[in-house]
Amino acid sequence: MKALAARRRHPLGGVVVMLLALLVVGGAYSVLTPAPASAAAATDDDIQAGKELFLANCANCHGLQAQGTDAGPTLIGVGSASVDFQVGTGRMPLSANQPQAHDKPVQFSDEQIAQMGAFVASLGPGPAVPPAEFQEFTDDPERISKGNELFRTNCAMCHNVVGAGGALTRGKWAPNLQDVSAKHIYEAMLTGPQSMPVFNDANITPEEKQDIASYLHFAGTEPSPGGLTLGGLGPVSEGLFAWAAGILALVGCAVWLGAKAS
Amino acid sequence: MSSILTDKRTATLAGYVDDRVGASKIVKTFARKIFPDHWSFMLGEVCLYTFVVLLISGTFLTFWYTPSMALTTYEGSYPALVGQTVSEAYATTLHISFDIRGGLLIRQIHHWAALLFVAAILAHMARIFVTGAFRKPRELNWVVGCVLAILALAAGFTGYSLPDDLLSGNGLRIISGVIQAIPVVGTYMAFFIFGGEFPGEVIIPRLFIMHVMLIPAALLAMIGIHLGMLVMHKHMQFPGPGRTNNNVVGYPVLPVYAAKAGGFFFIVFGVVVLMAATVTINPIWNYGPYDPSPIGAGTQPDWYILFVDGALRLMPGWLGPVPTEFSTFGYVWSLNILLPGAVVPGIMIMGLFAYPWIEQWLTGDTREHHLLDRPRNKPTRTGLGVAALVFYVVMALAATNDLVATHFHISINDMTYVLRTLFFVGPPIAFWVTKRICLGLQRRDRELALHGRESGRIVRTADGEYFEVHEPLDVYERWNLVQHEDEVVVPLPQGRATTLDKLRARLSAFFFEDRIAPVTPAELEAAHAHGGHGEVESGHDVPAVGATGHGTGSSHGH
Repeated sequence: MKALAARRRHPLGGVVVMLLALLVVGGAYSVLTPAPASAAAATDDDIQAGKELFLANCANCHGLQAQGTDAGPTLIGVGSASVDFQVGTGRMPLSANQPQAHDKPVQFSDEQIAQMGAFVASLGPGPAVPPAEFQEFTDDPERISKGNELFRTNCAMCHNVVGAGGALTRGKWAPNLQDVSAKHIYEAMLTGPQSMPVFNDANITPEEKQDIASYLHFAGTEPSPGGLTLGGLGPVSEGLFAWAAGILALVGCAVWLGAKAS
Repeated sequence: MSSILTDKRTATLAGYVDDRVGASKIVKTFARKIFPDHWSFMLGEVCLYTFVVLLISGTFLTFWYTPSMALTTYEGSYPALVGQTVSEAYATTLHISFDIRGGLLIRQIHHWAALLFVAAILAHMARIFVTGAFRKPRELNWVVGCVLAILALAAGFTGYSLPDDLLSGNGLRIISGVIQAIPVVGTYMAFFIFGGEFPGEVIIPRLFIMHVMLIPAALLAMIGIHLGMLVMHKHMQFPGPGRTNNNVVGYPVLPVYAAKAGGFFFIVFGVVVLMAATVTINPIWNYGPYDPSPIGAGTQPDWYILFVDGALRLMPGWLGPVPTEFSTFGYVWSLNILLPGAVVPGIMIMGLFAYPWIEQWLTGDTREHHLLDRPRNKPTRTGLGVAALVFYVVMALAATNDLVATHFHISINDMTYVLRTLFFVGPPIAFWVTKRICLGLQRRDRELALHGRESGRIVRTADGEYFEVHEPLDVYERWNLVQHEDEVVVPLPQGRATTLDKLRARLSAFFFEDRIAPVTPAELEAAHAHGGHGEVESGHDVPAVGATGHGTGSSHGH
């Protein structure tokens, strides 16, 4: 102890303290942060098959080592969830250079998508495809109500209150969510595709992600209590309908009444 | 036998009542009142009838609605909201929608009727404007009508906010922002209206009392004045054979007009109920309860307020290097909100109120008018009306920019640039195009009146000359084309002209200098004298379109 105290004023003392502090903070961080979800055990065959698919279909933009090029970002560390979302909704492969990838008919089989996911997951740790229990909607009303509240506070500003979608800047948009599977909604929150922010499991828990997906399913499938929904777009489509149907019908009746007289 | 007895009893009863209230005199004069018939005259009736529907359905809603912002936990039958903390106003509106028999239907009737009420008012105003029905002696009734339109907007907006849902709450937030943008006193006014910081706890009860008492009472009073003046002035009519400035040609109130109007009420009510029964309006269960932090994409006000929202969306935060919000003298000047949110609507409303006098001043026309103008015969006025509508629609379209962008796959930024340009150039283009169309239609009318309809039959004379046979119009039809009077530019007064005189002369010239002279009896005579064989008139003798404004039209250069 005495020796340590004697060296307290040593010119390198500050550096040593700093190193020790960094070690403590870094160690605590690695212990306390949630472990990144990792891909379920994939066989080497899957990874090899995935690599071949990757080289044939994706490497043109993402690079031969998936390191990224001017045309596409690196895929090291994006995880299998990202692959499953992007390819499983048809967004990848990209059909053209656009402000944002469109969802379109899926180009690969589920097996091929899983193989590509396994390959990308093998490049570096990243979020994995959610376990089967979170790939389904729940019909528990309490959880749907919770999902409604969470969706309204976290998602509705871009995706609209019933998930009808909305506009972003410069030709980008937040897509319609009414027909999206629970798995893809979960993965989108986990990976934050395109303009979307990431909602990690510490922010919105896996159960809450499922609640949100279930609310969207409820909003999309529940018969509308008031009749035709006009796209769920609110006062604009209502106003258009008031003019195009209501006023037109009333003017039509007025013309009819006026014509009888003269 | 029994019928005679009943008749006698009825007569005695009627006599008893009449002796005490003197109704027969009123009935006698009013029942013989003549109303002319035209479909566009029924737009005002649509306003009246939708208002009646609003009163009936609104009364029903007040039986269950609680205007309170006190918090409660929702426990009703809409599953996706159970257990959430909501205001009583929101909870009771959900209660009306899901747990009261017929409640949702009545709510939808009320809201659809409100949209149609304002839409019919706008259509009615447009009709009054383009046919010149606001001219002397009806200027004051135009003003009453404008007050009614503003009251209707106020009624609509206060009602829209009552459910205390997320959509309307965000609309209220914008209104509070616009109030705060008023220089110096804005923040005090906002605190006064909201009882403190937004949203506070008093705004819903306050809006409620405005919506169910003050505004409807004012509307009723104004409607009384509006219709009273209508009866006093008598209804205007379109020009036609036998219709003059001093008579009204049409049907008496009893039995014809009352039956038609009564029937039309039920048609309007029926259309509203049909819409309410089949199409959702304002699904507040989707929007959720109001809370100042969240907002939904595609948040817009009801259609009639879209123009204010759109103006706000178009306004840039910077004009080049100059910010449109800055602070001096210890105050924040939010011109970015003040200009689009208050100044633009304010100017539009003032222009609307003042228009009858503006036109009177620059046309110098102070005579009474009981015959309507055909819109084409007043090209400048019709052009101004269409320009104003285009201005309004451009702003309303700007409020829908996010929906248009996603549904038509265009960039929201590009759309904003286009609409900003159209905000300035759209109305002038609309004015010019409308005016040219009106003048073209007038030329066509003139040709028709002078030379009749083209029959498509080509005849060759013995000399080898070809001509197309024209069939003359019958005199009744022709009257409609030639009855309007010529317009004259107000000349500069003799001697020294003030700046105001010069301005007036310039505006008057703007109003009248492009004109097609109406057909004069002499021209008609001449056309008929030489036009026995219905010769084709070539293009060189179209009437003068010029700045001189001689009332005689042009001679025919044959």
